[in-house]
Amino acid sequence: MNDFTDAFRFIADNTALLWTLTLDHLALSGAAVGIALALALPLGVTLGHVHRGSFVSINVSNVGRALPSLALISIGVAVLGIGFVNVMVALVVLAFPIMLTNAYVAVESVDQDAVEAARGMGMKPHEVLWKVELPLALPLIFAGIRTAVVYVIATATLAAVAGAHSLGDIIVDQATYRLPGVLGAAICVAVLALLAELLFAGLQRAVTPRALRSEERGAPTVLLGEPNPERTART
Amino acid sequence: MTGPLPLAAAQPVIPDFGRGSTCVRDNGAFCWDWVSDHWGDTLRPALMQHLQLTAIAIVLGFAIAFVLALAAHRRGRLTTPVVLVTGLLYTIPSLALFQLLVPFTGLSRTTAEVALVSYTLLILFRNTLAGLAGVPEEVRDAARGMGLTQRQLLWSVELPLALPAIVAGLRIATVTVISLATVAVFVVNEGLGAPIYAGLQQTFKTELIAAGALCVALALIADGLLVLLQRVLTPWTRVARSR
Amino acid sequence: MNSDNTAQTEGPTAYPRAASLELRNVSKQYPGASRPAIEDLTLTVPAGEVCVLVGPSGCGKTTAMRLVNRMIVLTSGKILLDGASVMERKPPELRREIGYVIQQIGLFPHLTIADNIATVPRLLGWEKDRVAARVQELLALVQLPPELADRYPAQLSGGQRQRVGVARALAADPPLLLMDEPFGAIDPIARARLQDELLQLQQRVKKTIVFVTHDIDEAIKLGDRIAILREGGVLAQYAPPDELLAAPADDFVAQFVGVDRGLKRLALSRLVDVELLPLNGDHAAGTVDVQTSLRDAASLMLADGNRPLTVVDGDGKPLGQVTLELISAALDRHPPAPDPSAP
Repeated sequence: MNDFTDAFRFIADNTALLWTLTLDHLALSGAAVGIALALALPLGVTLGHVHRGSFVSINVSNVGRALPSLALISIGVAVLGIGFVNVMVALVVLAFPIMLTNAYVAVESVDQDAVEAARGMGMKPHEVLWKVELPLALPLIFAGIRTAVVYVIATATLAAVAGAHSLGDIIVDQATYRLPGVLGAAICVAVLALLAELLFAGLQRAVTPRALRSEERGAPTVLLGEPNPERTART
Repeated sequence: MTGPLPLAAAQPVIPDFGRGSTCVRDNGAFCWDWVSDHWGDTLRPALMQHLQLTAIAIVLGFAIAFVLALAAHRRGRLTTPVVLVTGLLYTIPSLALFQLLVPFTGLSRTTAEVALVSYTLLILFRNTLAGLAGVPEEVRDAARGMGLTQRQLLWSVELPLALPAIVAGLRIATVTVISLATVAVFVVNEGLGAPIYAGLQQTFKTELIAAGALCVALALIADGLLVLLQRVLTPWTRVARSR
Repeated sequence: MNSDNTAQTEGPTAYPRAASLELRNVSKQYPGASRPAIEDLTLTVPAGEVCVLVGPSGCGKTTAMRLVNRMIVLTSGKILLDGASVMERKPPELRREIGYVIQQIGLFPHLTIADNIATVPRLLGWEKDRVAARVQELLALVQLPPELADRYPAQLSGGQRQRVGVARALAADPPLLLMDEPFGAIDPIARARLQDELLQLQQRVKKTIVFVTHDIDEAIKLGDRIAILREGGVLAQYAPPDELLAAPADDFVAQFVGVDRGLKRLALSRLVDVELLPLNGDHAAGTVDVQTSLRDAASLMLADGNRPLTVVDGDGKPLGQVTLELISAALDRHPPAPDPSAP
């Protein structure tokens, strides 16, 4: 376990460097998530509201999952060259399908009886969307954001191979930092991802109406894009 | 444990201009003749290694997740701890997890497999368990009432009915592993990650693009095959409902 | 095909085609519950009879039924199937010899209708040919077309599925059939038909049947004997329908069978069962078939100004006369004492 002792010593000795790279990591991830969010959410919610485009909306995340992140970033480098923006574009491409599918399914699968009742009480379509569909869809939309955020943070580690800065800089540069440095940075990345997971799990819980909260504790990331047994099996 | 990066020694950085075609000499965006020239010595072996990495990870991962799911199906108390641990593993970024295993298993295929297996566990465990839990209570009641033993109930009723959920889990896990296995190149110079990484380090990009495309194609084909498998295994899910 | 005679008993124990069932001081206490679910329940169902357990929700009627095939383990008392205690049997083996039908049917969605019906025969290790023949025979018995054999449950209507449920329960020719509100989820018209079919079926197979329902009319229609349970699983009365309607044991039973119990009782008898008045000179206005129930005959007369009706047979030949007084007198008649030795 000497390797890990050295790794923690590396962390202690290089806090400034690690902190700078963590901020770079977060800036890269944040920008990518923000753009993906701005693109995917309105589209997914709209499609779900009008119940159109299920095939594309659901299968886009299947295809998205099949894209190897390393290859995508590498191809991004090949086409666009190296740098922050190019890596960010690759990350947006990875995050977009997850968010789109979740937003679509979240709104599309809102209990149609509730929607019918809202319509019957005289709500206009936009009122149905804002007062009924979105509140009920919010937990699943957040599940998608959470999955995407963790995925983007994980993949931003690979940014180093494409000339953008992140904690991955250290991990892929064993020649400079040696094993303790690589391990130290890997620990930092793992902690970062776990913190993001916990933070967004908390957010997801906070936006879930009390009546819809399940008994289950430690609910893991919702994996969508397939008929989701978690949602269909439990009643 | 501080050997040279396996990638550093992967491929000559400068393509062999002597044998190369016009496209390769002019450093074209994508050269089909490079692909055909190097199919046998670079791409095909990498593809085969990739298939092997994936298959081993899925088989081992499914075996572990299946046993855990059966146990949790019997004793519900096991569910939360298993989900927490596998969820934790699932959250750790792949590049970090591969490196964190190096002190234990070295720069080896074992390291790659351990990491890949750990990524399958959450998905396969949860889908298998949800599939078993989704068996309608009246079906279980009728089965017991007709005198099926616990074992017969599990193998001839619950598991067949859980198949759609299990295969859905296998699809996600397989596609995920095929994608993540490229990152294994940082610990073992095998699979499609090798030509991708090699391509990244040179200006000639055909190798990278070809390997990336192969990886996507592999994932989509594997996904399609699993869909087909499910159709064959669960004919009852496709019948037209009379009402 | 005469399916009565082809089905043979199969299994480790050679039961007769129908077995008697006896519950002796049976109690069920769930751990942590303040009062027992079933308390000191004693009743005997003679072989080949239909016993209906009926009562308000929470009276433990389903619990009582599930004690019989050990889906629920009893706390004290004895349950004897054909004289032998069910507690001495391994639950799976016992259950393979007891037909089991539940409200939600519980057909296996992943198996064809034929495979569903074949479940217990296969568990018992029947030969392939025998299983196939038995499946066809049962489909005919429950009046389903043979081509349904290869369909899946999702492709059938609710009524068809319920018939498959009954066929599946009868597959290994069990001496006892447990039915838990089998028609509860079916629309009233189809339910009445299924009830009639069950009665016809019972004419042919002569099983011992324990039938649970909350519907007193269903109980009266189907039961040879009715056990009314009150909350807490206490037996309020156990009697044939006619006796139950004529002489309710207490206010609870009287209330449960309803204020129209007199009319319900009339529905149990037909004109053919009563001694008609002789035909006299002044011809009655209307005629009524001799197979009409007393209830319908009374209704006809009430609608027609209380004038006597001429009772005719199927060919229209007058047999006698009926009046409201005669029908009212039929109600006074003491209910026929059940004859336990009757075949």
